[in-house]
This record gives sequence, structure tokens and C-alpha cells, in this order.
Amino acid sequence: MMTIFDALVDPTRRQILDLLRERPHLVGELVDKVGISQPLMSKHLRVLREAGLVQVKQDAQRRWYELRPEPLAELDAWLASYRHLWLGKMDRLDDYLQELQKEQKNHEQDQSDR
Amino acid sequence: MSKTNLIAEPGTQEIRLERVFDAPRDLVFKVCTDPKHIPQWWGPAYLTTVVDKMDVKPGGLWRYVQRDPKGNEYAFHGVYHDIVMPERLVFTFEWEGLPGHVILETSTFEALPDGKTRLVDSSVFQSVEDRDGMLSSGMQDGAKETWDRFAELLTTLKTEAK
Repeated sequence: MMTIFDALVDPTRRQILDLLRERPHLVGELVDKVGISQPLMSKHLRVLREAGLVQVKQDAQRRWYELRPEPLAELDAWLASYRHLWLGKMDRLDDYLQELQKEQKNHEQDQSDR
Repeated sequence: MSKTNLIAEPGTQEIRLERVFDAPRDLVFKVCTDPKHIPQWWGPAYLTTVVDKMDVKPGGLWRYVQRDPKGNEYAFHGVYHDIVMPERLVFTFEWEGLPGHVILETSTFEALPDGKTRLVDSSVFQSVEDRDGMLSSGMQDGAKETWDRFAELLTTLKTEAK
């Protein structure tokens, strides 16, 4: 399966995304600016579409390629939470330990009430 | 109310987290080494954490997978190197989204009076840059675009792959 990471790790694809960040492009324009063959460009665009990073807008006979920023925004939100995860794990461990011990105490209470 | 101490001396590859828990050492150790407990605290509440592998012995593998509500998956894995119950755990930690950036973790559980436990969690990164990346990226000003940040991360990744 092609993931967003696989799609982003290639420098040509990052260059294509940089161009699309400015404005939508036609395949021909991308071929000219990036300086690779049309079949290779199509291959890269397919990977980017599969990763959900690029979408096509049909305009009469022309196919405009444009950026879909949503996956990047999601990834960024997750990266922030990854740091949070790592630095915040002590808080969560503390909460969980308190919860466990409270449950244990309640359980013991129930037993002795019987 | 206890608090986490974060120690990261400039120019070193280590981040140390210290925390005193109001719980006995056996329980703290158990909660860190029992697959039944991990999903309850290891990830933030909005992510579902599943223990895929957890073979707590020297050379044993662990792997946790987190899923967000949209179905995206983020996985982490590593190898246990040393287990001294209930005092010490040594293992590696790697996020599969950024392969090759391996962290060596040492967790030390110290029993304190009144049934409390001090947990010292040392993470040693492969470089000062990796360490600083972990510390700073989340705290940089919001002006820096997602994309730039990612490109940087991936460039590092690529350079190291060579």
C-alpha cells in the first residue's frame, strides 16, 4: 500500500507538490518545469493521487492537477500529538495508576461489605 | 499532585523524564510491562492503541499500533534488551513513520517510602539533532508551514539512508 510517507520521500514528488502549492498545473506545464519525461511525470502524479495528496479537476479538454492539503494537515496534527504522546505519557500513566488503585479499593470495600 | 521533570542538557543526546507516582513499585512496573494495561494509558484517548506484539524478555519484540477515528494507523516497535523486575527496563523505540531513528530507552523504577515510586525514563537518541528535533518541533512558532517541516524531516531521513 502506498502511504503518504512513501509519496513524500521522493524529492521529485516534493518538487511537484511545491509547484502545485502555488497553483494548479497541467501535466505539460509540470513536465516543462520539473524537466522529466511525460510517462515518468504521470507515474509520479499517480502515486500522489493514490496518497490523496493531489486531485484532478477536469476543465473541458484539460486536466488540472491541484494540491489536496488535507492529508498534510492531518499528518501535522498527528505529529504534534506524537510529541505530546511522548512527553505526556507520564501524566497518562499517573492518571491510570490512580484509577486502578481506586478501583481496587472500591473492590475491596465491596468484598468487606458483603 | 506530582509533576514530571524533564531534563535535557544542551548538546547531549538524552532526554530524561522523572516522575513520582503515588503507587507501589510492583504496580507501576506491571502497568508498563503487561499488554492488558498498555492500551489504557500509552496513547492519548482519541487514539485506539492495540498491542500487536509484546514479548517482555531480552531479545523480545514489542509493537503497538495506534488508530485514529479516520482509520489512519501509526505503529511503533522495538526490542527489549534488559528486564530486571521490578527495577529496570531497557528497550529500543522506533516510530515506523520515521524508520531508522532509533531511541534507546531505560526505565528505572525506584521504591520510595509511603508506597510511592519514582520512575526515571531516559531516552538516548542517535544524534543531538534527533533529540533536539523531538524537543523543539512542537514548540516552534506556528508560522513554519507543515510542508517545510515535513520536507526537513524527510531530507534528514534521506540523507541518513545514503
